[in-house]
Amino acid sequence: MRRFEYTSPQTADDAVRMLSSEGAAALAGGTDILSLMKDGAAAYSRLVNLKGIRGLGGIRNTDAGMEIGATAKLGDLLEHHGLVTMFPAVAEAAMGVGSRQVLSMRTVGGDLCARPRCWYFRAGFGLVPMHDGESMAKQGDNRYHAIFGNSGAAVFVNPSSLAPPLIALGASATIHGADGPRTIALEDLYRTPASSDESEFTLGFGEIVTHVTIPPPSSQNATYEVRNRKGMDWPLATASVAVSDGAARVVLGHVAPTPWMSAAAGEALAGGLTDASAAAAGDAAVADARALSGNGYKIQLTRVAVKRAALAARGG
Amino acid sequence: MPEYIWPQAADRRLIGSRVSRLDGPVKATGRARYAYDTNRRGMLWAIMVQSPHAHARITAIDTSEAEATPGVVAVHIIQDVGTEIQWAHDEIVAVAATSEEAARDGAAAVKIDYEVLPHFVTERNLQAAPDAQPAQAETTGDPATAIASAAARSSGTYHAAQIAHCSLESHGQVTEWQDDETLTVWASTQAISGVASQLGEAVGIPASNVHVETQYMGGGFGSKFSADRWGVVGSELARVTGRPIKLMLDRNQEVSVAGARPSTHVEVEAGADGDGNVVAWNSRGWGSGGPAGAGSPPIPYVFEFENQTHAHTSVPTNTGPARAWRAPNHPQACFVTMRALEDLAHEAGMDPLDLFLKNIEKTGARSSTYAEELEKAAALIGWRDRWHPRGEQTGTVRSGLGLALHTWGGRGHRSNCEVLAYRDGLVEARIGSQDLGTGTRTVIAIVLADTFGLALDEVKVTMGRSVLPVSGASGGSTTVGGVSGATRRAALNAVEAVLERIAPRLGTEATNLLLKDGQLHFVDASHPAMSWKQAASLIGVNPVSAMGANPGPGQLTDSGVGGVQMADVSVDMETGVVSINKLVAVQDCGLIIDMKTAESQVYGALIMGVTYALTEERVFDPLTGRMLNADMEFYKLAGIADVGEMVVHMMTGPGYDERGVIGLGEPPVIAPGAAIANAATNAAGVPINEMPMTPERVLAAIEAGGMA
Ligand SMILES: Cc1cc2nc3c(=O)[nH]c(=O)nc-3n(C[C@H](O)[C@H](O)[C@H](O)COP(=O)(O)OP(=O)(O)OC[C@H]3O[C@@H](n4cnc5c(N)ncnc54)[C@H](O)[C@@H]3O)c2cc1C
Repeated sequence: MRRFEYTSPQTADDAVRMLSSEGAAALAGGTDILSLMKDGAAAYSRLVNLKGIRGLGGIRNTDAGMEIGATAKLGDLLEHHGLVTMFPAVAEAAMGVGSRQVLSMRTVGGDLCARPRCWYFRAGFGLVPMHDGESMAKQGDNRYHAIFGNSGAAVFVNPSSLAPPLIALGASATIHGADGPRTIALEDLYRTPASSDESEFTLGFGEIVTHVTIPPPSSQNATYEVRNRKGMDWPLATASVAVSDGAARVVLGHVAPTPWMSAAAGEALAGGLTDASAAAAGDAAVADARALSGNGYKIQLTRVAVKRAALAARGG
Repeated sequence: MPEYIWPQAADRRLIGSRVSRLDGPVKATGRARYAYDTNRRGMLWAIMVQSPHAHARITAIDTSEAEATPGVVAVHIIQDVGTEIQWAHDEIVAVAATSEEAARDGAAAVKIDYEVLPHFVTERNLQAAPDAQPAQAETTGDPATAIASAAARSSGTYHAAQIAHCSLESHGQVTEWQDDETLTVWASTQAISGVASQLGEAVGIPASNVHVETQYMGGGFGSKFSADRWGVVGSELARVTGRPIKLMLDRNQEVSVAGARPSTHVEVEAGADGDGNVVAWNSRGWGSGGPAGAGSPPIPYVFEFENQTHAHTSVPTNTGPARAWRAPNHPQACFVTMRALEDLAHEAGMDPLDLFLKNIEKTGARSSTYAEELEKAAALIGWRDRWHPRGEQTGTVRSGLGLALHTWGGRGHRSNCEVLAYRDGLVEARIGSQDLGTGTRTVIAIVLADTFGLALDEVKVTMGRSVLPVSGASGGSTTVGGVSGATRRAALNAVEAVLERIAPRLGTEATNLLLKDGQLHFVDASHPAMSWKQAASLIGVNPVSAMGANPGPGQLTDSGVGGVQMADVSVDMETGVVSINKLVAVQDCGLIIDMKTAESQVYGALIMGVTYALTEERVFDPLTGRMLNADMEFYKLAGIADVGEMVVHMMTGPGYDERGVIGLGEPPVIAPGAAIANAATNAAGVPINEMPMTPERVLAAIEAGGMA
């Protein structure tokens, strides 16, 4: 076992200080990071536990909207009546995890910052694995890889369950760093790396996500996830739809290296949620999808996920 | 000599009833100790270094850093420089250390250089296979002519992916030398007696000096018959270090090297006459052969047609050796055959149930069993009311019905049993068999208790140790027949020996005594009956001992079962997601000893069947030749939410019971894939020809069938 330090700071400032060191990483629920370390896909010399920081958990209503702390558990979301009734898109995504154990450990911050499940990455070939100067996944088996944003070498898919619905709902993320807090649109947390040396997050050195804030309720929202298995399984494609004041936002999950906002699908729904607009949104969402050698089926799954999410947002 | 028969229905008290497995409570509470749970004083952990390449030659091995790693006690080279590695994850070096972590660190410090050679791991397209030998066809009649003149014809290519055994308890063992000549092994094995002989030979000591112990076992499914390389390595490391060694595979190794069921791909043409009689079958197939080749599935399956031919090519692949997987080759053969017959029924404009009934004579000896079982299964799933022709459904989510037949042998294996009766009234069976979780221990206890007329808590089963009377490996569905036959004979002999021992002490003849319902009766009614406890007290300090064997006098076991399964599934036409609504399994297996564990065996088989039908496959990387999903995340096993409603009906009574005990471990896992695929085809209205039926493949079938 590689030795590593474990620290459990009380404040976000201390956490940032302890994270501002080469080889340090935040530890939340640990359901992802510990398996990465055990599988040898990542090596850290220091783990900074965030769960001891007061004020980092919990769900609160504020003037800016509903604030969800980074160390809130996914199970907490499902027990929050206001969240479940106002934001079914988020609740549906949390529920999709399908495992009591994971729901009880997995945190909102850990979900948003979880690393990709790409089997080349997990086998230790790097985040953007290359073979003879070309993407390994493009040449190999890419049945679970990206159909959007895949023109470069990075073709893994972002694994977050919560990011698509939260982004659809217009959520912001508050990030704490050496210079104090800053708030960004949640979609701006993600980026597509060009090589394994780059990160898939825009977080600066030592920074952590402290909370996300969902602005006051959009009237209609829903998530639809397509899975092979009914129990614990990764979705093959997901779509989250949120409509407010006639504007619709559609965000796709598990189809691109980042949560994927589909402006075209949003436009198709702008006139209201109808059978026809839902179908049109599905088609629009995938108009510029590009399959790799083995994942063409994900285009159809995405089309259907968008349509069904829109219909679910309407209420069936 | 006793009469070696099973008791008549009226005299069975426990046999055929619903008895909960005796080791359920210790398993549910975590007290059952598996090989993996065995920890010995001073024990070391061993970890094996695996090849990252699917085909390569070892050019250098440097273990110096591993040897210098803190905690490492010994390093053992399994395959040395010059060896040609034929599959990824093959074991090359083993490292033993004082903790699992230290062993992993040591393993990570081993440096191995390879000359990488070209590999081949994706055999779905036969044309791409480098050196596939054309197969020898087995032909009866004139299939080509018969197909040409058939009134209805179907054709299709059917694919079943390669899968792993994925035992919940991984392979491995703890090995400990008692002295230079005596080795004790706590193994996760289906064959304690066989492993003792194999290991004795491998480490150069008499087999009698190897003691194998397996009280509980966490799944084998045909992959745990051998002592395996890790058994030998563990024994050698224990010898050189003088300390016990625990060497258990991790999940990655378990899924990548410890068992594979070969893939099967078959092109079929079939033909029927105007009455729906199947007259012709013409097929050729291929499958992943691994380094050593794999067997040919028995195609066509269950049915024999007047004109038929099948040829199989075992394609050499760098994917590791195949191991027997629960009913080797039958699930694949069943899938191919039943799918093709479903297609033929469709072409002939028939309900497949009618086509199967029409051709039932072609199943041979079990045809009347199949006919009865088809009727029973049809009633349980509501086939006659609910079946609709293929493609008649509309809507996004469509449901359909499918059916399949299967067969298996399952005659009891060679087994010995010693029964001891003690003067405190305890009766014990000693038998060198192993309980894989199938209920073997419970079955032995039931047979013993019923033969003595005692309750289950008055008997004891001692098993799972290779020093006990030799019993066969638990494979081929031969265990229940073997242990039941041996135990019944030993127990009958023991009853007779007890009566002979105590008769003089009661001043009578043994022939005047009868043991029944826990009491000793005097046939001539000269004395009132006495309790078994009182009778046993006359046995004396030396217990009565009697042996019994299988096979032996009297017909206590038989061979040959047939089963029928039907599936009701839904297909989401837009996502390709297949959901199981209901599965019906109707099964015969002769005389049932424990109805509850028999049914459990079928439930488990159905769940395993849903898994290989819908989600499970070994994914090989064309690029590196490695298995990409050697984990439990993308090696997808069905969960309880995936399996739908399961209905199990065991055939019993006249026509079944008098055949004696027949094996059940494998048969019910054969047909689920076929029945589910037929139901999905019926629902979707297009042929769904590939397992696992993932959304990807089902969508492709829907698109190819013009239903998208
Ligand atoms: C058995 C199992 C099954 C699973 N099945 C599913 C499934 O079906 N669907 C699904 O969507 N997911 C599934 N998950 C995965 C799960 O999504 C991730 O493991 C989880 O989201 C990680 O959350 P965590 O709180 O445990 O994070 P950790 O593992 O503690 O951290 C994950 C990453 O995020 C970083 N991090 C954590 N918190 C912060 C923060 N506040 N600021 C900045 N960085 C942070 C960490 O440094 C680390 O890199 C499964 C996991 C397991 C173990």
